[in-house]
Amino acid sequence: MTEVYRPVGGKLLTRHFYFMGVLALIAGYFLVRRFVFGIGAVSNLSDGFPWGLWITYDVVVGTALACGGYAMAILVYVFHRGQFHPMIRAALLTSVFGYTLAGVSIVVDVGRYWQIYNVFRPGYLNLNSVMIEVALCVTSYVIVLWIEFSPAILEAMKANRLLRLMRHILFFFIGVGILLPTMHQSSLGSLLIIAGYKVHPLWQSNLIPLLFLITAVAMGYGMVVFESLYASVQLGRRLETTMLARVGAIIPWLLIAWLVLRIGDLAFAGKLGLLLQPGVEPLLFAAEVALFVYASVILLDPHRRVRPNALFWSALAVVLGGALYRFDAFLIAYNPGPGWHYFPAVGELMITLGFFAIGIMAYLFFVKKTPVLSANP
Amino acid sequence: MNSNRRDFLKLMAAGTAGAATALAVGPLQARPPKPLPPGAIGILYDATLCIGCKACEVACKAANQMPMDHTSGLEQLHGVSGVWDAPDDLNSRTLNKIKLCETNDGSAGGLSFVRRACMHCVDPNCVSACPVSALTKDPATGIVRYNPDACIGCRYCQLACPFNVPKFEFDKPFPKIVKCQLCTERVSEGEIPACCAACPTGATLFGGVTDLLAEGHRRLAFQPGEAQDYPLHQLGTHEQRTAKVTGYVPSIYGETQTGGTQQLLMAGVPFDQLGLPPLGNDSRARLSETIQHGLYQGMFAPALLLGGLVYAVYRNSRQDREEDPGATAADAPGVDTQERHHD
Repeated sequence: MTEVYRPVGGKLLTRHFYFMGVLALIAGYFLVRRFVFGIGAVSNLSDGFPWGLWITYDVVVGTALACGGYAMAILVYVFHRGQFHPMIRAALLTSVFGYTLAGVSIVVDVGRYWQIYNVFRPGYLNLNSVMIEVALCVTSYVIVLWIEFSPAILEAMKANRLLRLMRHILFFFIGVGILLPTMHQSSLGSLLIIAGYKVHPLWQSNLIPLLFLITAVAMGYGMVVFESLYASVQLGRRLETTMLARVGAIIPWLLIAWLVLRIGDLAFAGKLGLLLQPGVEPLLFAAEVALFVYASVILLDPHRRVRPNALFWSALAVVLGGALYRFDAFLIAYNPGPGWHYFPAVGELMITLGFFAIGIMAYLFFVKKTPVLSANP
Repeated sequence: MNSNRRDFLKLMAAGTAGAATALAVGPLQARPPKPLPPGAIGILYDATLCIGCKACEVACKAANQMPMDHTSGLEQLHGVSGVWDAPDDLNSRTLNKIKLCETNDGSAGGLSFVRRACMHCVDPNCVSACPVSALTKDPATGIVRYNPDACIGCRYCQLACPFNVPKFEFDKPFPKIVKCQLCTERVSEGEIPACCAACPTGATLFGGVTDLLAEGHRRLAFQPGEAQDYPLHQLGTHEQRTAKVTGYVPSIYGETQTGGTQQLLMAGVPFDQLGLPPLGNDSRARLSETIQHGLYQGMFAPALLLGGLVYAVYRNSRQDREEDPGATAADAPGVDTQERHHD
C-alpha cells in the first residue's frame, strides 16, 4: 500500500468547465428567487407533494450515488482487500461532493432554514422521528467525509506534521464513516414507512430500510466503476479495467440478495397480484428488476465483465436501477390522494442541474490540483 | 489472511448479534398504542345535520386571523368571489373547510357535506415524524399544536399525515406550517372552538372525546324518519334542537382509524366517498417507531457495529499508519516528481 497519488494537472478552465459554470449561474438566479419569493416561486411542490425533485434526486438518489467511498471502505478495510486501496481517494472525492451538495440542497429545500440548527438542540430533537436520524447522521457523515478526504488536501498543502497525525487517527473516522451510511442509507427508506398508503404497496414495505441499504452499496460500487471508466476516457488516462472488473464482480451478489428480498417480501405480503394490475407501477417495477438482472448477468460472467464496454453499461444499469427504485418510492409511485400531481418546475430542475454542475467542477478542480488519482493505474 | 478472516468473522458475529437483537427485541417490544389523553377534547361532525352554510369557516378565519382566500381568475370572471366557493380545500390560509361531495349513494340524495380539519389523532403521525418537536400533542387535552419557533420547514409532517392536513406556505419567503389547533387560546379561556360556537345546526359539536363517542353511538341507534333531539355547539349544555333523522352509515369515522382521532365524523354515505382514506386501527407512527427503535434500541446495535468496524479498520490499515508522509509526493522534492510524472 505504498501507492502514490498525484494531481492529474492540465488546464482547469476548459470549455466544458465554463459550460458547467453557466449552469451554476442559472441555478444561482433561481436560488435568489427561491430565497426572496419562497419555495413556490421556483418549484411545483405542493401540500400533496411536499417533497419533490430536490429531496428525491439531490438527497435520496444523490447520497446513494455518493456511496462509493463507503462501499470501497467496506471492501478495503473490512474485507481487507488492499489491492483496491488506490481507488479509495477518487471514490471518496465523489462522496465528499455528493454528500456536501445533498446537505446544501436540504438547506434550499427546508422552508425555515434559519432554524435548521434546531435539529442539534437537545430540547427540540425528537428521537421518535426517522428524520432526526437522517439529519444527524448525514450531517456527521459530511464532516467525517471531509476528515477522511483531508489527507489529499494536506498533501497538496505539504502540511506534513498534520498529515502524520491524521494517519494515526484516521482509522477511527474510517470506522465511523462505514457505520454512518449504514444507518442513514437505511433510514432514508424508513422515512417512507410512516407515509402508509401514500406510497404504492409495491414499494411500501417493512423491509424498506434493508432494501434501500443494499441498493445504496450496489450503487456505490456501480458509481466507482462508471465514474472511473468515464473519467479515464475524459482525462485521457489508462483504463483500470482489471481492477474495476473485480469491483464489478461484487455487485451481482448484492443485486441478487435485493431481488430475492424484494420479490420474496411481495410474495410473503401477498402483493404479487398487484403486478398484474393496470397502471404504470408494474412497468416501473419491471424496469427496476430488468436493469438489475441485466447488470447481474453481465457482471457474473468473468469474460464479459472485463470488457470495458460491458462493464460501463452494466455499471450504468446498476446506478439507474437504484435511482429508479428511489424515484418510484418517493415520487412516481407516491400518491397522496385524488387531485394531486407533480412534475418538477423549470426552476427546480435548474437548481438541481446547477448543483450537479458544481459537483463536477469541484471534482475536476480537485482531481487536477490535488493528489486524488493513483499515480500509476 | 487467517487473522483477517478471524477479524471478519468477529465483525460479522458482532453485526449479526446486533441485528438479531434488534430484530428479536423489535417485534416483542412493539411500541404500545397511545391511549386517549384523560382530558381529551374534540369535535363530532355530523354530515347529516350540516347545511353547508360555512358559518364555521368564517368564524374560523376570524378567530385565527386568517386572510380570506384569493378567488381564482376564472371565478372572478364568473362574478363569484368571497368565501363561499373559494378555496375548494384546506390550504395555508384555511384551517377548516366544509366540502360538498357528490356520491354514488342515491339514498342520501347523492350529495353530502364533509368537514376537513385537523383530526387531532390520538397517535399522530405528524408528531412522531417531526424531527424538532414542532408538532406536539398536549398530554391533557390531546390538542396537536404547532410551534413555529421549533419548525425547520422540512414538511415531513405533510408526508406523514394520512389526512393531508398540515399545509405549508409555499408562497412565502418565511413560511410556516398551518393547521387547526382547536382554538387552543379560546379553549384555555373556557370558550369553545370558533367553528362549534358558530354552527347553527349542531353539525359541528364540541365536547370531551369519550362523551362525543357516546353521543355518536346514541345517534347510530336512531331510525331514519324519527324526530330526535340534537345538542347544539357543545355537549352537556341544554341548548338543543329537534331534527328529522336521515340515517347513518353504521360507524363513526375516527373511533378506531389510525389509532383513533379526536375529531369524529358521522355521515349518511360511506366515508371513502367523502374523501376520507380507509385506514387501519394502528397508526403508521406506531409501526415506524417500532421498526426504528427496534434497530436503534439503546444504540446497542450501532455501538457494537462501530466497535467491530473501528477494530477491523485499525487492523487493516496498519500500513497506512506506518507510511511516512515524508516519503510520499507531499515532500518537498516530491513536488518536482509530481510535475514530472503527472502525464
